[in-house]
Amino acid sequence: MSAATKMTMAQAINAALRDAITEDDSVVVFGEDVAQLGGVFRVTDGLHREFGESRVFDTPLAESGIVGMAVGMAMNGMRPVVEMQFDAFAYPAFEQIVSHVAKLGNRTRGKVRLPIVIRVPYAGGIGGVEHHCDSSEAYYAHTPGLTVVAPATNADAYGLLREAIAGSDPVIFLEPKKHYFTKEEVDVSVPVPPIGRAVVRRPGADATLIAYGPSVPVALAAAEQAATEGRDLGVIDLRSIVPFDDETVCAEVRRTGRAVVVAEAPGFASVASEIAARVGERCFHHLEAPVRRVTGFDVPYPPPKLEHHFLPGVDRILDTVDTLQWEEDVA
Amino acid sequence: MWRCGLSAGQLKAAITPARLLDETGRLVRGAPTPDAEALAEGYRKLVFARRLNEQAGALVRQGRLAVYPSSRGQEACQVACTSVLAEGDWLFPTYRDSAAIAARGVDPVEVLTLLRGDWHCGYDPNVHKVAPQATPLATQLLHAVGVGHAARLKGEDTVVMALCGDGATSEGDFHEACNFAAVFRAPVVFFVQNNKYAISVPLARQSVAPSLAAKAIGYGMPGVRVDGNDLPALEKVLGEAVARARAGDGPTLVEADTYRIESHTNADDASRYRADDEVTAWLPRDPLLRVRTYLTAIGALDDEREQDIAAAAEEMAAAVRAGVGAETVADPEEVFAHVYSTLTPQLAEQRAALRAELELEEA
Repeated sequence: MSAATKMTMAQAINAALRDAITEDDSVVVFGEDVAQLGGVFRVTDGLHREFGESRVFDTPLAESGIVGMAVGMAMNGMRPVVEMQFDAFAYPAFEQIVSHVAKLGNRTRGKVRLPIVIRVPYAGGIGGVEHHCDSSEAYYAHTPGLTVVAPATNADAYGLLREAIAGSDPVIFLEPKKHYFTKEEVDVSVPVPPIGRAVVRRPGADATLIAYGPSVPVALAAAEQAATEGRDLGVIDLRSIVPFDDETVCAEVRRTGRAVVVAEAPGFASVASEIAARVGERCFHHLEAPVRRVTGFDVPYPPPKLEHHFLPGVDRILDTVDTLQWEEDVA
Repeated sequence: MWRCGLSAGQLKAAITPARLLDETGRLVRGAPTPDAEALAEGYRKLVFARRLNEQAGALVRQGRLAVYPSSRGQEACQVACTSVLAEGDWLFPTYRDSAAIAARGVDPVEVLTLLRGDWHCGYDPNVHKVAPQATPLATQLLHAVGVGHAARLKGEDTVVMALCGDGATSEGDFHEACNFAAVFRAPVVFFVQNNKYAISVPLARQSVAPSLAAKAIGYGMPGVRVDGNDLPALEKVLGEAVARARAGDGPTLVEADTYRIESHTNADDASRYRADDEVTAWLPRDPLLRVRTYLTAIGALDDEREQDIAAAAEEMAAAVRAGVGAETVADPEEVFAHVYSTLTPQLAEQRAALRAELELEEA
């Protein structure tokens, strides 16, 4: 039976976890507050009650312990899905992620693969206090061996998580917490394109906005606004940062000749910078203007009252689009 | 709710080292008589471990190995931690535990692949249930807990032997691993070889606890201190810990009181931070010597058997020399092969670029 249902992103992720646990005995979900409470964002709501302590359990409050234990469980045939509660709370697990999660498959020449999913509620826009709103994707994307996925839609949150859990390699799954409670129609029986494939969310003739995760709805809003002002902007949703879909991105940019990358993270040495460089290297002869980036400032994530100045918004995106050497400027 | 209790006996066991054979090779008062044949087999393994340490050191001096962290003086720990394991059990070793891995049955040449620089791990961890040697300190202890917890969830009676040194007990992951194992009653034996040094930093700078085993009490698991140069005592203490784990009674922290006779590695110079007298004082406590003395005294080891063991160890050393010395060709493209299960488009592109470079060089 298949039918679209209106659900929040938290519910879509919950459904993905429930279906994965149901279909595969080796899937286990653990972390801080994920069992009885159902997670601080209620993403794992009801799973402990439904599947019991052997499948869904709380751990001591220690992120390195959670990820390190996941490594061992994966070595012994399990598919752990762990929650980091908040982006900035994942840092104690960084050594485990970088030195082991990312490298064990390579270290053992593929003899040991680690099918681990590390779910990270991430990025800002929720009025969270310090250490609750980091965009930490660059750390993970810079680490060979990690797959880094950032869904922007509820259908992708479901579909990409299912693929991540079923795969052989470790995945950092970045969940835009700003959208946890956004409702969308989702038909879980309809497969989404695979990890590694970007999707053109909105075709556009004049310029291409490249975004992922929480920045995709912002880019779409900007394109909507631009349309009322006579400019036709396209939007690409990357869906995964690693692997990166050069093909889809470059095809669009070569067509429009103009590109703006939109991301919340500080721009210096960022994923946005990598994208700008890649597009510049591959599409130079098709470009009418330099690739621009609209990112967070190079500052620690600001307090709640100031975060709206930091986050890339529609106006800042459109102001940046205006600088892309349009013919009317030249004339 | 289950909580770990604490008795005066447990406290004593965590502080006073258990001992069966004293430094002169005599059984301590009241010690059970070890099985002579099993101990003779243990002696053979000690000789092999010592010979491997010596051979690997020689290969470093000849430029055949990049580096070798020797476990000379710790051979009883190396042997005991594997002899107490069953076939399906797991071992999580550090970089100083090459002799233990070989004692577990892994080909020493495969063990030394890491140090020869061919690849990061030369053996398949699944074959002998031996994890790759961990270089980042204490991180492997958490993996051991995960393997153990997964086994319990699957209803298997696997036990996991997790090795680390005294320095590693200062790391956060040591704490997290002990705590997780205790909370989940994971079938793990944490075996700390306290060899008194973390490169140059002495034990006194790592901890002022009454003992390292005493730390177990804070986690709610038994801690046992044992003479780390006393093979029968080690096998008894570790064997009991393994049995406890296998029975579902949870983890144990075992601390071996031992000594690192050589420098941290050949690249280190221990004379910069410790006096020769200190090293000399440990030499009579040699783990091989006391087993040999005991076995000879009870008539379980004669010259002929000793020669047989030495000859077999020599044969092993010759195979190591040949294996490590054999010319191997490292494939440059292999650096891309295992990063992901499926090559990403980016890595495929980079591999093609490297291949083009190599073809130009060959042309």
